[in-house]
Formats: sequence, structure tokens, C-alpha cells
Amino acid sequence: MKVELEADKCVASGQCVLAAMDVFDQDDDGIAILLEEQVGDDRLDDVKEAVAVCPAAAIRLVEQ
Amino acid sequence: MRRIVVVGASAAGLSAAETLRREGYDGTLTLVGDEPLAPYDRPPLSKQILAAEWEPERLALRTPDALAALGLDLRLGVAATALEPADRTVELADGSALPYDGLVIATGVRPRRLPGEGAHVLRTVDDALTLRERLTPGRRLVVVGAGFLGAEAAAVAWRLGCEVTLLEPAPVPLTHAVGMEVGRVLTNAHLERGVKLRCGVTVTEVTEDGVRLADGAQIEADEVLVAVGSLPNTEWLAGSGLTVGDGVVCDEYCEAAPNVYAAGDVVRWYNPLFGTSMRIEHRTTAAEQGMAAARNLFAAPQARKPFAPVPYFWSDQYDMKIQAYGYLRGHDEVAVVEGDLADSRFVAAYRAGDRVTGALAVGMPPKAIRQWRQAIATGAAWHDSVRTTVPAVES
Repeated sequence: MKVELEADKCVASGQCVLAAMDVFDQDDDGIAILLEEQVGDDRLDDVKEAVAVCPAAAIRLVEQ
Repeated sequence: MRRIVVVGASAAGLSAAETLRREGYDGTLTLVGDEPLAPYDRPPLSKQILAAEWEPERLALRTPDALAALGLDLRLGVAATALEPADRTVELADGSALPYDGLVIATGVRPRRLPGEGAHVLRTVDDALTLRERLTPGRRLVVVGAGFLGAEAAAVAWRLGCEVTLLEPAPVPLTHAVGMEVGRVLTNAHLERGVKLRCGVTVTEVTEDGVRLADGAQIEADEVLVAVGSLPNTEWLAGSGLTVGDGVVCDEYCEAAPNVYAAGDVVRWYNPLFGTSMRIEHRTTAAEQGMAAARNLFAAPQARKPFAPVPYFWSDQYDMKIQAYGYLRGHDEVAVVEGDLADSRFVAAYRAGDRVTGALAVGMPPKAIRQWRQAIATGAAWHDSVRTTVPAVES
């Protein structure tokens, strides 16, 4: 599946990094960065967790 | 379990509903919300919405498609009025009754108000839109309460050209939340910009042309915003047999009674990480707790997990971004561990007993504070984490 991130909604909480450190990072202002756009099934649970805990609803998973 | 009812359709309730579906629950899932709107986000209300940078459409927590995919029995614009645990039924204001096998309570909080008419509060999208229409240049705004919400609103109103006065009962705003020294730094941000701040004053009443103080003095204002904290929405639980005391009282699993769980601002639960019960009004806790409550409700009894989060909140005021981890209330000591209070760029660590229990950062990169979150999450000893050469600013 593909991860989509709306960076202009990001509030820099870093919750996504805590949930899936290999998929998300933060820049110096704390704004989330996508390290990987495509995630395999083995990473899906963690990314779903990141989607759920993001306080800005800025992350989405889309089927391709 | 074939019938689950989630009462409260904001961040915590939505998170609970989504988690149940993700965990494989395929029975009837009813989501009840007293506001007529689909689940929306609240933190931007005192920030981007008030500043008219965003329109309300951006607040939607999920797209209509994503919401539809959950297959919810969605009851919006109707409040829950009673809970009958003996017959496992939730009663609604429209007279209907919802039988349940499992229940998640996520009814949140409402603003505390003051005697008198005509003051604004800031909790719903309507509140924010009503207030923002009035924040025109030159307008005199009195904000009662210089907590995080009041400070954010004051910062926005100042930027919009209003003449802002903050009224605060404590000698230094936010002392109980972040300590006096950090409270002073946050306070200076107002003063530097010409926002007036009067501390040690108690507002007793909202009047036609402003507010009245306890000493009888009158402060004139065109608009008054009351931001003096919140009250948990638990009245509908009267007679339910649930324990209510500044929130729905839950154990470490977020369980209030068998098959009844609670999440979000409305809950006072035992957080084993800090060894104390707490009620947290943070956006991130709402989502995490909705998830935890739903999982524990749906899990086999032996598979339940205690909810032991490191609370997190952020606040945007003027050009400052404030971020805090942990449980700062009731701390014994604050130490600046990076940066400098005078530059408004720092990380402050909080000690309770011999542990690191909190960290607050202003204007620091995320990596500077992440290690402190880790220290809090692992219950790190204070003397291992904070170099003894760092002078404590407060004890």
C-alpha cells in the first residue's frame, strides 16, 4: 500500500516516528517526512498505528 | 459480542470505532455524538480556525468515504441521556434506546463557564467561528484564564489586531502546569507584544460591557472569552452505578465496569507508568486511549493490556512551538537541560520523586526532546539523566 502525508497539516508531534520509525522521520522543525512511500504487508500494522495516532489526521494509507 | 456502542464522536470515540473494525469486530457498531457534525479535530479551533487560515472543512478527521467504510450506525446530533448497565442499554435524547454487549464512553468535556451572559467559550467549531467573526482589528478582547487555550486565543487575537487583555488568578500563569520559571517564559511572550496581562485577579461575573472582578472593579471589553478549564461530561451517567469523580473512574485497562470502557478527556484512569490516576485532556491521548479501550473491550480477558502512555501535548503561541511529554503536574523540580530560558529556546526536564516524569521544549528540534520522552517512558532515574552540574531553576 501507499502512504500519503499532508505535511501542511502536520503538527510535529512525532507520533508517527514512534509508531513506525523506518517509515517516518521529522525535519528540524519537527514536520514529518516520509522515508518510504510504499509499505509492504509486514509494515502495515505499524503504519496503521501511525495513521490512527496522528493528532492531525495527516497520514493516509491508500490501496493501489 | 455483536452490539457495541461508542458514546462520543470526537477523536477518542472515532479512534475506538476504527480500532474495533481493525481488530476484526464485524457486529453492529453504533457511534453516538451530540454535535451534528461528523468527527472533527479540535486543536486547530484555537489556532488555524480562529486565525481564519483554515475553513472548517479541513477539520474533518476522516473523509466521508473512510467513515462510510467503517459501516457505522452513526447517530449524530443526539446526546446520550442515561446508562442502564443492568439492562445494558444507553438511552438517547431522541427517546431511542441502544442495547449493547460492549460500551465505550468518550463523551469528553465541556468548558467551565462564569456567571453572566454573552461570553465566548472555545470548544466546538461553532464557538470558534462565532468568536473569529468578532476578532476584528481594534476590538477589545478580554480572555479570562491564561492557560494554554487562553494563551493560544490571545496570540491569535493579537495577530489579528485586537487589543487583548489576559486575566489570570495565579501569580504566574501555568505555574501548576509547567512550573513558575517556564510559566514566566511563556508569559513574557504576551508582554513583549503588548498583550496586557493581569495576574492574581479573580473574575466573578461576565457583564454587558466586560467582566467584573472579585474586588468589584470592572474591566471593559467588546468580547470576553472564558477559558478557565473544563468539566467532564458525566451527568448522563448519574444512577448508572459507575464511579464518577472528576471523570469516569477506570482502572489501568480503561475499564469502568464489566464490558464498559472509557477513553479521552472524560476518563480518570490509573496510569501505571506514573503510578497515579490522571485525567488528561490531550489530543494524542484521546486517540491512543480510544485505541486501548477498544482493544481491551474486544480482547480476551487475559490479552488485555494496561494503558500506560507518556502523555504529549503541543501548543502554538505567537512564534513559539511548545511541546511537552509526560506528567508535569505535581513535579518537585524543574531543570533546564538544553538551551536557555532567556532565549525562549530550551528543554526543561521535570522531576517527581527520583524519576524523570516530564519534559517541555520550546523552539527545539524534535531529536532534542525525543530522548527525554524515552527517559520518561522507561522511568529513568533523575540523577542518571540530568547532570548534577545543571543548576535547578526551581525546587
